[in-house]
Amino acid sequence: MNNGEKRRLNGEQEEDDDEDEGNDGGLEAWERTYADERSWESLQEDESGLLRPIDSKTLFHAQYRRRLRTATTARIQKGLIRYLFIVIDLSKAASEMDFRPSRMAVVAKHVEAFIREFFDQNPLSQVSLVTIKDGVSHCLTDLGGSPESHVKALMGKLECSGDSSLQNALDLVHGHLNQIPSYGVREVLILYSSLSTCDPGDIMETIQQCKKSKIRCSVIGLSAEIFICKHLCQETGGSYSVALDESHFKELILEHAPPPPAIAEFAISNLIKMGFPQRAAEGSVAICSCHKEAKVGGGYTCPRCKARVCELPTECCICGLTLISSPHLARSYHHLFPIVPFDEVSVSLLNDPHLKLPKACFGCQQSLLISGNKPGLRVCCPKCKQHFCLDCDIYIHESLHNCPGCESARHSKPEISNTEV
Amino acid sequence: MASVASKLYADDVSLVMVLLDTNPLFWSSSSLPFSNFLSHVLSFLNSILLLNQFNQVVVIASGYNSCDYIYDSSLATNQGSDSGKMPALCSNLLQKLEEFVIRDEQLRKEVSGDGLPSSMLSGSLSMALCYIQKVFRSGPLHPQPRILCLQGSPDGPEQYVAIMNAIFSAQRSMVPIDSCYIGSNNSAFLQQASYITGGVYLKPQQLEGLFQYLSTVFATDLQSRSFLQLPKSVGVDFRASCFCHKKTIDMGYVCSVCLSIFCKHHKKCSTCGSVFGQAQSDASTASNRKRKTSET
Ligand SMILES: [Zn+2]
Ligand SMILES: [Zn+2]
Ligand SMILES: [Zn+2]
Ligand SMILES: [Zn+2]
Ligand SMILES: [Zn+2]
Ligand SMILES: [Zn+2]
Repeated sequence: MNNGEKRRLNGEQEEDDDEDEGNDGGLEAWERTYADERSWESLQEDESGLLRPIDSKTLFHAQYRRRLRTATTARIQKGLIRYLFIVIDLSKAASEMDFRPSRMAVVAKHVEAFIREFFDQNPLSQVSLVTIKDGVSHCLTDLGGSPESHVKALMGKLECSGDSSLQNALDLVHGHLNQIPSYGVREVLILYSSLSTCDPGDIMETIQQCKKSKIRCSVIGLSAEIFICKHLCQETGGSYSVALDESHFKELILEHAPPPPAIAEFAISNLIKMGFPQRAAEGSVAICSCHKEAKVGGGYTCPRCKARVCELPTECCICGLTLISSPHLARSYHHLFPIVPFDEVSVSLLNDPHLKLPKACFGCQQSLLISGNKPGLRVCCPKCKQHFCLDCDIYIHESLHNCPGCESARHSKPEISNTEV
Repeated sequence: MASVASKLYADDVSLVMVLLDTNPLFWSSSSLPFSNFLSHVLSFLNSILLLNQFNQVVVIASGYNSCDYIYDSSLATNQGSDSGKMPALCSNLLQKLEEFVIRDEQLRKEVSGDGLPSSMLSGSLSMALCYIQKVFRSGPLHPQPRILCLQGSPDGPEQYVAIMNAIFSAQRSMVPIDSCYIGSNNSAFLQQASYITGGVYLKPQQLEGLFQYLSTVFATDLQSRSFLQLPKSVGVDFRASCFCHKKTIDMGYVCSVCLSIFCKHHKKCSTCGSVFGQAQSDASTASNRKRKTSET
């Protein structure tokens, strides 16, 4: 018993440490107290004027349901092969300390998170990082599909100086994006700290060129709204926003991670022939066709010509087939086949003594009864009519993307599920 | 009470979610009778529970038409520590299993069998993941979960998207999916599941020694696994299912808008409605040609 308590204390301490480490990134001790002062936000007033802590669980669930309602519109055509240039303004305005510790550090931190999220949601897409410094723009990384290499390059190049030039950046990006295949969606996301742009020529011309090349430009400002940025976004169909604080900036940048609705004129649809290679056994030896070297283990075999390649995705150097790992594609399929939102079971149904409602959540077996063996709050899948607890509801729609009830009945004969209930 | 539990939820305490294939279409043609298979599995479950008194085992049956929980060692209250009677596990599980198989069989009669030999793996995987999330929610101290698929039926290509969704969710929650496949060919789904989530895929060569395979490969907790020489992967079958015929293919056409996979060239994408041009041999020539035409 004693031993146990000690262990538990240790456990808690470790947790605290973890939290400290997590927060230390951007917050000084005095800032933390500032953040703490916002504690009034976790109180709400009830009908009789008393202050009560917000019931976070039901509130959380209500928030989630609102999110779900806005997200589940009809099957939208999404442009899933995206070519995105992230332009980071590293002029001296980026060293301003209105964001803590500096605009630059905040931008870098959230760009890293954004890049990971972006590749999770857009598996076939490519990103390139561009910086603006001393009035010139510079390609930090070429278009590529590996989040690690982008993040590494960004972290190594974090210093700022000089003026910013929107035109130079747009010219550079325009030159690169003009070359990409026509089925790709061309996008630029500019994270702009300055309040001015120092350009060598007429920027309006550059904006028109971007518009002609169907490059969608979006800007997130860190200081105040600027006319030229707004004009750029309006002309090219992008979105313009200005961040109020760090959490707002994070929200704004992550809005660019989900695939945008593909407008027919932006991307030409195409069927691309692809191969799904098998991964060879660990310990097998073969000569790869890409490096012309004998390698042990790993490696993939082209399904058409049986040549060995080291990495995916790639193009087979022998027969030219585009090779991709199929799980890479499958990561985005939940966008295509979203599961329907579950219905909340109404209170009148819950209180009907003649109905035999399920006692436990179909997914996790959590009891759905509240005190006095009365049926408690639950949701119901409109297709399979199984009941789920609120926690499973969130997990199923936000991470799993499968209804366990629908998956446990044969799809080809949907009427079974009806006769069953 | 809580502190006693917390003391022993160290990193070597396991929660094993066992997905048991009960598909009658597979077992009627299997060289290993279902009853023999069960006796191997029951001894294996007992040995997991004996390895650590806080280990937990949950069994979900994946049948031909349905899935259900058939055993949960944390709910088995009146046996265990005080009496220590082994048969309690067996009798509980076997009784629930029998009820499940009868229910599943009745559903099959209603459906009029169209000869699909797969079992509902996607359903039992989804249920196991929901259960594991409940364990995660219970607080910072919980047993280390993992999933073990004891599967014999061939893959059901119509479950491709659902199974992949479940695999990615397991990967995000760092839950390894182990698989022991006793069917005749390898299972591409389970190979991918184990590869992506960092679990072990095993296809035992001698089914009479199934218990040996299970206890040496799958009984150890995740912490101790790093010290073992576990079977190396014999390759991963990354084939996908086409959306049009639910066929397993190693080469196909991918819609550039929504990434749907088709086994042959279509004029229009059935998933997103995009209209395509003529067949292109591969991406690079397609883009070159398109670029030329758009510039002229
Ligand atoms: Zn190579
Ligand atoms: Zn090839
Ligand atoms: Zn639940
Ligand atoms: Zn359902
Ligand atoms: Zn097909
Ligand atoms: Zn499509």
